[in-house]
Amino acid sequence: MRFSKDHEWVKVEGGVATVGITSYAQEQLGDVVFVELPAVGKKVKAGEEAAVVESVKAASEVYAPISGEVTEVNAALGDTPALVNEDAEGKGWFMKIKLADPKEVDALMDAAAYKTYIEGLH
Amino acid sequence: MSDWSKAVSAGFKADGTGPTGSRGLQMEESLSFEQDAPGRTGVDLPAPAKVKDRLGGHGRKGDIGLPGLSEPQVVRHFTRLSQKNYAIDAGLYPLGSCTMKHNPRLNEKMARLPGFGDLHPLAPESAVQGALELLDTLAHWLKTLTNMPAVALSPAAGAHGELCGMLCIKAALEAKGEARNRVLVPESAHGTNPATAASIGFTVEAVPAKADGKVDVEAFKAKLGSDVAAIMITNPNTCGLFETEISALADAVHAAGGYLYCDGANFNAIVGRVRPGDLGVDAMHINLHKTFSTPHGGGGPGSGPVVLSKALAPFAPVPFVVHGKDGFRLVETKPASGEGSQAFGRLKVFHGQMGMFVRAVAYMMSHGSDGLAQVAEDAVLNANYILARCKDLMTPAFPGYCMHEALFDDRFLKDTGVTTLDFAKALIDAGYHPMTVYFPLIVHGAMLIEPTETESKDALDAFIATLRALAEKSKVDAQSFADAPKLTPRRRLDETGAARKPILRWRPETVTSQAAD
Repeated sequence: MRFSKDHEWVKVEGGVATVGITSYAQEQLGDVVFVELPAVGKKVKAGEEAAVVESVKAASEVYAPISGEVTEVNAALGDTPALVNEDAEGKGWFMKIKLADPKEVDALMDAAAYKTYIEGLH
Repeated sequence: MSDWSKAVSAGFKADGTGPTGSRGLQMEESLSFEQDAPGRTGVDLPAPAKVKDRLGGHGRKGDIGLPGLSEPQVVRHFTRLSQKNYAIDAGLYPLGSCTMKHNPRLNEKMARLPGFGDLHPLAPESAVQGALELLDTLAHWLKTLTNMPAVALSPAAGAHGELCGMLCIKAALEAKGEARNRVLVPESAHGTNPATAASIGFTVEAVPAKADGKVDVEAFKAKLGSDVAAIMITNPNTCGLFETEISALADAVHAAGGYLYCDGANFNAIVGRVRPGDLGVDAMHINLHKTFSTPHGGGGPGSGPVVLSKALAPFAPVPFVVHGKDGFRLVETKPASGEGSQAFGRLKVFHGQMGMFVRAVAYMMSHGSDGLAQVAEDAVLNANYILARCKDLMTPAFPGYCMHEALFDDRFLKDTGVTTLDFAKALIDAGYHPMTVYFPLIVHGAMLIEPTETESKDALDAFIATLRALAEKSKVDAQSFADAPKLTPRRRLDETGAARKPILRWRPETVTSQAAD
């Protein structure tokens, strides 16, 4: 699993990346009440807004950590946004993106680097 | 114990709340629908005579579904609900960014003068010369206080004022034949700023703030180009800080051919001391309901006049007041030539919030220019007093002095298990309406406190003592914060449930009424 500075995680399998927000991010947001996901087929660019997550505290953009085409979204989040809080880095995934450039994944942080990064934030 | 007293004491809760749920003389109040007694009514009318059915059998067959209540029940219902409300007239209301300050009663008296209170917006100009003169007076003072050449009075509130200013910018660009579509907004902007720009077709780009909470002028400069229509900034900003480099930002955006919009919601911190026209601002809304003390927050409509620079003045909306040799006149429609001929259009059916205009002028007149400057000075002094008195126990988000609001983050709660939300709820039990929490978003666990200039030192000392006591308590008794509020009509509300599964209307348990098909 790789991590972005904007607190998204990426897990790559066979050229397709599963993307979600990190446990740290859901903790900071508090109870998630709504998730807006992109349309399947949408082309996203790394660093651009791809989804919106709304919690009792705030509405925040979720940025695509890598470029590519959205091939699937987690429809379960529509009825059960709480999945993001319960299992952010598992069942609470947001979308699957077919990688446009696998090299972009290398630029993201590994678990140890992300841990150091969030410790420095607060 | 008699049977009677046993029966009653069985209904009491451990905290002494009575069998009805009322505490002291604070009444537990059910919904009016839950108090329904079919057939009960406040009026006694004879049954109507039979009328011929002219609806072809489509008349209502069932009950209309309104509760049956007597007049005293209705009076008590709404009186009891009103007693659960909290208002600036009840106590300190320290919401940051919202400026809940005293509404002087003199303003109310002036607004109720028959010549203002009984006006009709369609009355002929000859009959409303005094009202038009008041609009002209208000315009004069708003222009003078900001050193801007024009003002549009009609916007209904702050965000409407933003819309007005941005439409002026759009019209100015169209008049020049320029298709600029980007608007740059700092991360710390009021949320309405990017929303306003996006709603009229601009593409919004957020620019990160610097570590000291202020805008990063270099980051803005790097993003400027021939497609940038405007920069929208808030000054003083939402962190309660004065943007000291605003003139450099104005010069840069002007050099790039764009305009500077300033969100003037926080003008109350600088009124009489700083003139935005001197800083290079092209458009700025002024919330009369904040800076000029007209009622706010459920107490009355907002009002957001927009002052405009020379470059934008020709595009101001109609209507506006002109003064000729026959007296005052309202220009209602866009003239073919001359002043107003480039107006972008009209924002409201009539002329704006007349009742608020009267109150604002009363406030200006009763304070005078020296008094208005003192408003800003006292607002800033009061906020800094809170900041200085609490900074050893609470953690200010940024170093140095603040403007009209003191901003703390949640570092002082670290490792206590108490969150900003818990702290706010505990404040309610201690007798205070909470400050703004979790805003601005760029500050972790933000607590934004705006005491306003109308609180006395005694009132501030009492509030500060409470904040300090809570900060001390958070280190030793986190549980009491998790349990708060304990003394309110309702305990901690289920915000998540309310957002995920809102129940927006009362429904009867069994369907007793049906409308006709």
